[in-house]
Amino acid sequence: MPPEQSKNTPEAPHRAEAKPRWAERLRALGPVLGLVLLCIVGTALNGDFATVDNAMNVLTRTAFIGIIAVGMCFVIISGGIDLSVGSMAALIAGSVIMFINWAAPATGSPLLAVIMGAVLAVALGAVFGLAHGLLITKGRIEPFIVTLGTLGIFRAYLTYFADGGALTLDNDLSDLYAPVYYASLAGIPIPVWVFVIVAIIGGVILNRTAYGRYVQAIGSNEQVARYAAVDVDGVKILTYVLLGVCVGIATLLYVPRLGSASPTTGILWELEAIAAVIVGGTALKGGAGSITGTVIGAILLSVISNILNLTSVISVYLNAAVQGFVIIIVAVLQRGRR
Amino acid sequence: MTSIHRHITRRIALTAVAAATIGLVSAPAFSEEKVNLGVSIPAATHSFMGGINYWANQAKKDLEKAHKGLKITIKTAANAPEQANQLQDLSTVTKINALVVFPFESAALTKPVEQVKAKGVYVTVVDRGLTDPSAQDAYVAGDNTAFGRIPAEYIVKKLGGKGNVVALRGIATTLDNERMDAFNAVLKGSPDVKLLDAKYANWNRDDAFKVTQDYLTRFKEIDAIWAADDDMAVGVEKAIAQAKRTDIKIIFGGAGAKGAVKTIMDGSDPRIQADVSYSPKFIYDAIKLTAEARLKGEKLPATTIIPSVLITKDNAKDFYHPNSPF
Repeated sequence: MPPEQSKNTPEAPHRAEAKPRWAERLRALGPVLGLVLLCIVGTALNGDFATVDNAMNVLTRTAFIGIIAVGMCFVIISGGIDLSVGSMAALIAGSVIMFINWAAPATGSPLLAVIMGAVLAVALGAVFGLAHGLLITKGRIEPFIVTLGTLGIFRAYLTYFADGGALTLDNDLSDLYAPVYYASLAGIPIPVWVFVIVAIIGGVILNRTAYGRYVQAIGSNEQVARYAAVDVDGVKILTYVLLGVCVGIATLLYVPRLGSASPTTGILWELEAIAAVIVGGTALKGGAGSITGTVIGAILLSVISNILNLTSVISVYLNAAVQGFVIIIVAVLQRGRR
Repeated sequence: MTSIHRHITRRIALTAVAAATIGLVSAPAFSEEKVNLGVSIPAATHSFMGGINYWANQAKKDLEKAHKGLKITIKTAANAPEQANQLQDLSTVTKINALVVFPFESAALTKPVEQVKAKGVYVTVVDRGLTDPSAQDAYVAGDNTAFGRIPAEYIVKKLGGKGNVVALRGIATTLDNERMDAFNAVLKGSPDVKLLDAKYANWNRDDAFKVTQDYLTRFKEIDAIWAADDDMAVGVEKAIAQAKRTDIKIIFGGAGAKGAVKTIMDGSDPRIQADVSYSPKFIYDAIKLTAEARLKGEKLPATTIIPSVLITKDNAKDFYHPNSPF
């Protein structure tokens, strides 16, 4: 991703309004259309694709990237970017595991330790996000550079804590925490519920609150927003904090899955999250975007790899290429915008 | 600019070769030669490399204590270009006269290693061979063929020559291909053992989890899973537990990570009763062999293969290193 795209371009002409409504509609439908087509292809290739179990598998594994993508959506709409989310998730996962392993014997209550660990995940995310926000606004450093820096820093610290190996949750603690990922409520896995709730809250904040309007205003023209007395720095900082909280939530769902964090944890999640947001119809230069699109984008990305795993039609060497083709095709479907 | 640069490097290289030759001639005068050994390895980006880093540092600690005339400098690189730069630094700044290098990639590092060798440095290459073997003095590696052959033989025997197998692969590399080819070669001899599919999971627990989930959706009857790596086996186990499948009788990892070896020792999982060794400890062996040979002014055999062997309950304790991160 070229850095210059993440910069705000306040002098860019404003042109979204002039478009006819059907073009807007088509743009919003692009990812949905892509997803529907993919599902048809998937079912044709393997009947097991269209089962409830498989759908739940796909949605559950989408939850991590999806939750992060909801936060990322705010950052990108405001004209920023965060490249560090994968490393951040890994470091939070590692820290939470170390904390729970330490706290369980220290407090004498494994359950309390797990709960405090989950709270710590969200708190750490918020703190990291706050640090990003402050460096970007008060420090006046490009978000690309700040988060590229922390991308390295977070992962290096995890590797250091893990001594290059893996940090693993003690066995009985792991069993205690496991239901957070593996259990279901009304037939739907917990992570999917959390994903849905985070997406709804995100949608409400973005579309139904003044804050959401400010985020969009800053992304479309930061200078004008400033003249309109919007607290640009405050709003921006909060987008990074929101993203950090989302990463924290994703991580607290991730830890019970394998009960371990290693230097490969969360690798390339940042690109997947950014891709989900952009495939979902949000402009990388900011200003406009939708949570629904982001959710669909995230699902679309994991459906692709799911379908590839369910068939052997295509050489394994070409899996990444298929992913690339689908992303580009979906982008073409929503090209109505320009 | 570059041609001038190259010219100068060449000049320095020639001088170094000359100096080294003189050094070698006068070597017998000393009982123990001074060895300044450089070690260049990839950074600890996953558990296996974490093990490589641990064993390299362990070798430094043990060997520097044992030999007065030995100095070991370890450099870790995050990618191939960085490793090439570090090789340059090692030869010009640290002035090493022996090198143990675990190349990131074969092709990209052949030239940089060649340049170091051209300065008279004794070069031992570990694990990944260079594309031009004349750039190295010695080659120490694990046995990738056995890494694929042993699990296949084990699975065929355990299943009584009949059953369904799925496999995970690492990252598309020559090393991964060698393993897969060796695995396939054994299965060819038992037509009733069917390999249903083999997909990449990047030596990564999370990817292994996802790929296994999809295998379980796709295939209703699986007898054995060749996870091909102990890290990936962790993801495989969790995916099976989640799907509550009981048809899988064997999960075969690979490399001998301490967690997997412990499971075999304790007999705590009936599906994991064997593993194949491919220990990152071979970097320790490579450093030790190189250092001790150079201290005596001797050479190593051109190729040393550290054998991969079947780990079972009987010999598991020999492969259990609780302090290593791997």
